[in-house]
This record gives sequence, C-alpha cells and structure tokens, in this order.
Amino acid sequence: MTLALETTDLKVQLRLTDDWFTVCDLSALLPGRGVAALLPDGRQVAVFADRTGRLYAIDNRDPFTGAAVLSRGLTGTHQGRPFVASPLLKQRFDLESGQCLDDEAVRVRAYEVKAA
Amino acid sequence: MSTDTSTIVLIGHGMVGQRFLEALAERGLTATHRVVVLCEEPRPAYDRVQLTSYFSGKTPEDLSMTDMAFIEEHGIELRIGDPAETVDREARRVTARSGLVVDYDVLVLATGSYPFVPPVPNKDAEGCFVYRTIEDLLAIEEYARKSTTGAVVGGGLLGLEAAGALKGLGLTSHIVEFAPRLMPVQVDEGGGAALLRTIEEMGLTVHTGVGTQEIVTDASGAVTGMKLSDGSELATDLVVFSAGVRPRDQLARDCGLTVGERGGIAVDEQCRTVSDPHVFAIGECALAADGRVYGLVAPGYEQAETVAATIAEDESAFTGADLSTKLKLLGVDVASFGDAHGTAEDCLDVVYSDSRAGLYKKLVIGRDGTLLGGILVGDAEAYGTLKAFTGSVPPVSPESLVLPAGAGAPVQLGPSALPDDAIICSCNNVRKGTIREAVTEHQCTTVPEVKKCTKAGTTCGSCVKVLGQLINAELEASGVEVDKGLCACFSQTREELYEIVLALRVTSFRDLLDRHGREAARGGDGCEVCKPTVGSIIASLAPTIGASTHVLDGEQAALQDTNDHFLANLQKNGSYSVVPRIPGGEIAPEKLIVIGEIARDFGLYTKITGGQRIDMFGARVEQLPLIWARLVDAGFESGHAYGKSLRTVKSCVGQTWCRYGVQDSVRMAIDLELRYRGLRSPHKLKSAVSGCQRECAEAQSKDFGVIATAGGWNLYVGGNGGATPRHADLLAQDLSDAELIRLIDRFLMFYIRTADRLERTSVWLDRVPGGLDHVRDVVVHDSLGICDELEALMAAHVSHYRDEWAETINDPEKLARFVSFVNAPDTPDPVVAFVPERDQMKPDLPLLNIGLRPADDILEGTATR
Repeated sequence: MTLALETTDLKVQLRLTDDWFTVCDLSALLPGRGVAALLPDGRQVAVFADRTGRLYAIDNRDPFTGAAVLSRGLTGTHQGRPFVASPLLKQRFDLESGQCLDDEAVRVRAYEVKAA
Repeated sequence: MSTDTSTIVLIGHGMVGQRFLEALAERGLTATHRVVVLCEEPRPAYDRVQLTSYFSGKTPEDLSMTDMAFIEEHGIELRIGDPAETVDREARRVTARSGLVVDYDVLVLATGSYPFVPPVPNKDAEGCFVYRTIEDLLAIEEYARKSTTGAVVGGGLLGLEAAGALKGLGLTSHIVEFAPRLMPVQVDEGGGAALLRTIEEMGLTVHTGVGTQEIVTDASGAVTGMKLSDGSELATDLVVFSAGVRPRDQLARDCGLTVGERGGIAVDEQCRTVSDPHVFAIGECALAADGRVYGLVAPGYEQAETVAATIAEDESAFTGADLSTKLKLLGVDVASFGDAHGTAEDCLDVVYSDSRAGLYKKLVIGRDGTLLGGILVGDAEAYGTLKAFTGSVPPVSPESLVLPAGAGAPVQLGPSALPDDAIICSCNNVRKGTIREAVTEHQCTTVPEVKKCTKAGTTCGSCVKVLGQLINAELEASGVEVDKGLCACFSQTREELYEIVLALRVTSFRDLLDRHGREAARGGDGCEVCKPTVGSIIASLAPTIGASTHVLDGEQAALQDTNDHFLANLQKNGSYSVVPRIPGGEIAPEKLIVIGEIARDFGLYTKITGGQRIDMFGARVEQLPLIWARLVDAGFESGHAYGKSLRTVKSCVGQTWCRYGVQDSVRMAIDLELRYRGLRSPHKLKSAVSGCQRECAEAQSKDFGVIATAGGWNLYVGGNGGATPRHADLLAQDLSDAELIRLIDRFLMFYIRTADRLERTSVWLDRVPGGLDHVRDVVVHDSLGICDELEALMAAHVSHYRDEWAETINDPEKLARFVSFVNAPDTPDPVVAFVPERDQMKPDLPLLNIGLRPADDILEGTATR
C-alpha cells in the first residue's frame, strides 16, 4: 500500500525543448500499455511503461498510416530493446530511439521522459 | 553446330517447349543463338497438367508457366498465335501463318498432341467438345450454363477430370468408357473397382464396357443425346470427348519426316529425327527411340534437356522413361508406378483391398523381393517412398508397406530411408541427393527455397510432402534445430503453451514468460505475437484455471490487442466501429430503432455486416462508453466483433416461415450464438444454421455450420470464405439438439486446444495429422478419452459468461482508459475527422496525410461530427 501511495504522487514528465511538461500521474500508466498525451502545440505523444516501471515516450502518429494510434499498440522486447507494434499494420518501433524496426528509413521522434 | 549466328526454331510452346527454352538458357545457348518460337495457342505455355484447376478457381494467369521477363531477358522471339504452316527442309526454312519466314540451323518440333475424337456420326455437332486447352475449357464453361446434363466419352485420367469438372459446373455427369473399367491404362481390375465405387458415390454415373455409336442432335444441330453400343440411349446436352490423344505430326508428315505406324515423329536417343539431322522432336509428338510415345510431362522434360544438351554438344540420351503417375482425381488419390500391371516374368502381387473404404493397394514384387511397381487407389500417401524404392529390395517386408496404419505392425518407412539416387521429383528428375545438397551446400531451409534451388516439386506438386520431410530430416541431422516455437520469446508452440497454462494453472503472462520462455526473453515484456496469444489462452481457460473472466482485468489488459483493449474495432483513421450482438440475426423493431437513434446521435456510419448484424463506424475512443451505456440500457451486449472469438451464427428464416424449412434454424442459431458468445479462440469463429438442404445461410462456408435434415441436424466443420475458400466437411449427421451441441462443444474445445495462433479451423483441419478423420475420432468416438474434459471446459465457459461491455461501463477504473488523451480527457483526437459521403460520412483521409492542420486551424479541425 505504501508503494501505491508513493507512486500516485509521482508525475510523468516529458522534456520539451527547455521545460519538463507534466503529462499525468504515474499510476495512470499500466505496465505494458501506452497512453496518448496532447502537447501544447497540438502534437501527440505516446507514453509507455514497461514491466519494470521504465518510461518511454515517442510520437503518437503512426507514420505508415497517419493515424494517431501508436499509444494503443502492443509493447514488447526485441533482442533486449523495448518496442511498440503499431495496432494498424504492426510495424514495430524502438521505444528508446523511435527507429522503425521493420523499415530502416522510418523513424518517429522520441522524447525524454521521467517520473518526478 | 554452335556457330555464332545460327538460329534455333522451336515449333510449339507448351510445357515441354518452355522447358526446352529454359534448358537452352541454362546452357547459355540463348546468348549464342537466335531463338524463334512459333506458338499456335493465343497464350504462352501454361500448366496443362493442372488444367482442371481452372474450374476450382485458378485463372489462366495462375496456370501460366511463362515468365515474360525470362523470354525478354534471353532475347527469345516468342510469336504467340502464329503457328508454323510449312517446313522446307531442303532450304531449312519455316513459314508461319503470319507470313514470317525463318531460316533455321536447328528445328525442334514440340507440337504436342491432339485429342482423339472417335469417328461417330455428328461428332462435330454443337455441344461437342474436347478437353485439351484453356480455350476448350472456356467453351465448355460457357455451354454448360444452358445445359443440365453432360457426358464424357472416355474414362481415363482426363475423362474423369472432365466429368468432375462438369459436375462442378452443376451438371448431372455421365462417364462412358469402352474398356470394362475406369483408367484402364493405369490401374488393374481391382483398382478400377475401388475407383468406380468411390466415383459413383460422388453422384457420377459410370457406364463401362460400352462404346459411343452416334451423337443424337435436334433439328438445330445441337446435341440431345448419344446412342451407345448396348442399344441404349443416353440423354445429354453436352458431350466431351476424352478418348485419348494422338501425336500432332502432320507438319512432320507434310515435310517428309518419318513417322511411326501409329503416329509420332521417329527420333533417336538424342531426340533427333531419324530422317534429318537438323530436326529434333520432343514431347508428345515424338516417337522415342524405345518405340513409345510418351504422354506425360516428365519424359517430355527429359527429352527437352536431351536436345538442349545435344545442341551444346554434351553427351545426353533419352532411352525411355518411367510412366509413374500420382493424381488426385475428383478427390480420390490414384497412383501407379513401375511395372504396375505385373508384366515381368514370375512376379508376384501383394494386394490390400478394402471396398468399404474405397481402398486398393497392389505391389508387384519380383522373385528376389525387388519392388517392381504398384497401384494405389484411395490412399497414395506412400507413393513417394514406394516409387523411390522401385527397382530395389525394400528394407521391410512388402505387405507392411500397404497395410493401413494400426493393422498388424504398421511400418512408417520415411523418406530418410531412401538412397541418395532415389528420384524424389520425377517431373523434374530430382534425386534425393540433390535435395540434401540444397540444404547442406546451398543453405536452403524451407520447401520454397528448395523448390527454387532444385526445381523439385514445381510441376505436379505430388512430392512436396516428401520434400518437406527430407528438408526437416536433413536440417535436424546437420544439427540445425527446426524451430517450431511461437515467437522469439517462447520455444513452445501455441498448443504446448495451452497445455502448460491448463496443467499448471498459470494465470499470469509474466509468470509464464519468466518460467517457460526462452532464456533470453525471460524478464522481458514479451512481444506482439505471444502477448495476445497467451491472453487468448488464459481467457479461453479463465474459469477453469481461476483467472479473471474479464479480458481487461489486471495484467490481462496489457496482453490484449488494441481491439480487445477497447472492446471495439480499430479503423484506419484511429476511430472505432461498434457491433452489438444480434443473435441469429433476429432483431425486434424497437431494438433496430435504438441502433438507428444511437448512430444518428453520435454521427456514426452504419453498414449491414455479412454476419447479419449492424456495424456502426466512426466512434472516437471517448465515445465508446457513452454509446455502450445506451446499447446496454436497451438490452444489447457485446458482439465480440473485436475479438478472436465467436462472431455470429447466421441463420435463414427456417421452418417457422419458409415453406421449404424442415427445422427451426433461427432458434438453433440463437441457442448456439448465446452458448458460445465470448469464447476466446485461436482465431475468429463463424457459424451458421440453415433450415433445409437449400442452405440459404451458407453454413458450409463456416467454421462450424449446421444444416437441418428431416431427422435432425447435420454438422459441418472447417469451412471458410475469404481469400482461401474451403467447403466445410461433414462431421456427423442426423443429430438431435443435444447431440449437436455436445459435438460442437467438443469440436471447439479441441480446436482451441490444438490449433496454432491465428489458424482458422479450415487450415487447422488440413494441418493436424490425420485431418478430419482424426478430429472425428477424437470428438465423435472419443479416441483420446478427453471428451469429458472438453465438455467440462465448455460448461465452465458457458456458466461464467458475463457481458464485457456491461461490466466495463460500471467500472470507473476501466472507463478511465477510454480517452483520446490522458492529460485532456475531454479533447477528441484532432486527426479523427470525417467528410460527407452518400448521405453518411467517411474518414477524412487527406487529414491523415497532412498529419496535423496548421496550429490556428486546430480548434476548427476538432469540430468533427
């Protein structure tokens, strides 16, 4: 219980050029799933937590279809690195770098993220 | 002979002609020679062996064997629809119909054969056809539209195929064979009898031992029947002559080449005509050096290779070929190989015959135990192995090779037992050693790779199974483990994971991964393959293993694909569609009105689905709970259109209204749909119930389909529509309501237990060893003794079913996930927008390409419907 109390106080924050932008309570993130956040400039970010509680954030827009859905994909581990598979056509993106694992010419923006 | 400027002219572009061109190219002869091909048919070489597959959906393009890039790349001048008219051997000159004149250094005749039509009166009447080219098939198909009955003259291989094709076109089909049995060339009396029984059971009428005396026509000259030699008359609208073929040697005769007494251009062992060293003949038009005309494609290929080798001044000879054949005729396996008729001196037969099952197997054995040949009807599984052993003394007793599995001591003589020089693919003359080398020397690891590398299995396909076994055996022998694991995280198959989850009552994906996953994957997050697979297994077994029965509870929520996670179907712009359950397709007007009102109020696009319900498109994530609150309030529940689970049970209106109906199909469909709703399975499940044999509900295209009979219900399984349609197989007939449900319970649970991930029942049935018979043994005869368990699992599912949506809208924690943005729960996703189309709306797709409208447009852009 004490753990849960502590985590509810923690906020998920994204690094935007010079500030940290608060997205949500850490407890809103389910390990292995993502959420979408709307940035002040209208862009969308997909934020994920893995089973160890590590956080990741990449652009929410699936570059293959244009839909803002990457936050709704399934996450996993590929050769030790975390990824999310687009729920539309299943291309995988590295959660740390934003690099597409199935098409080396495609990359989405990755954001620095922390719990504070 | 190979001077730089010389010209090779090939007359005829059939399968053998094409192989000849490939053989020229392989030897580099296309680079040093001008190659001109004169082809009579309006299309380049196609697979004539598979001609009949046109009627099962193959297009002429599918049948094509000619890669135009190959033709162009090698500078081959291929002239389609321009046959050779004359050959002037003195001047070495060919003139084509178009007037084209080509001087040749080498002329190769590959003119094939023509169908023999017996000289009976009116043989050319309207409605008489032959069965040889794609054009013949197109004409038969066209004429069959206005016919009800068809007769095939000739009960050989092609005749049976033609009769099957006519039946497939909806005609009552007859086969008239002059010999006393079917397929007189390939099988003996016993084999013919087994074949006859099976073919008659399929509803074809066979007349053996009678000849055709005359075709009867009406005043307009169209066929109305045929007079037979026994004095009877057979009424028919259409006649297909399939009474054998004759070599097409007229061109050769016209230019004075020697032909055999019964036709065929006489050639020597190099396939060079005996009359002219500049002219060769190959394939069905050639009378080979051993005095035979070969009507099979494999010897023709060998002749083509021989001629190409001879032109390249390599030593090669064609001295004769094996006439082994294996076919599937009307679904019946028929094979004969070696000395099938036992003509060798002192040979002995070993025969196994089971008339009830339509099985007939005969092996011809020499005095010293050498396998000389044989005939297999009804089950030709052992053909590949037996043929390869022909000419040697098999390592086990001959009778053990033909006895069915389970009788006495069955011997599974795998292809690994074969010597390296055994021929595995006789169409392309590929030896076992060559296939092994493809694996060991050329790093091939799959059947498609080996096919590409060796050409084995690329013609008739009958050896592909043996090919797969050889490749796996070779890989295993060379220490390469054939990985049948589910994904990079689990080395087990889905079936093995199911057993682990059930036996150890594993309710957590993490536990499963950390304890049973591959070493490197333990402690990780799994992947997009294993997470939903394990999620599905846990959901299927939830009540039995003590897991939560809601797919969004606890850790299970993280395993679900996005559709299951939002209990709706994701569409291309990120919006969702909503499908409430309408069991059996039966819906009261009030409920229809509710759906209409909801769709109107939320601005949704509505469409009737193929499963007899209504799909509402264009809902944003945050609208889903609001829509479902109203649906649940009106008495609807989840339709599971988003899940790998039961979709719908379609029905026709049945006995209650329909004057033909014999059972209440709607009631049964509702009962089944409510029983199996929410059942998670390896892939989606579709079903239907028809109230009579007219089958208006299309039950035979479903995973499990039910058709009413006067005495109860017939259960069909493994049907499929979609990209690979499959007619369902009859599992059991004349079942009572209770028997039907018990059998479906068992069938579905056995499927869930043993299928691979995303493997529909149709594919599963074809994959499981033993196929339908095995599944019937297990679920009808309880051969594994697991039926009680299967039924108990289903009973647990049925009693624990709860509506996912009703529970979700009453659970604030789950509802919190239904937002577009975690930091702006009331803001809709600006990319989800719609534009008008045909009185409704459709996704604004250009918006997806733009990604985002300029910042000051955002507020306006979000004002979506």
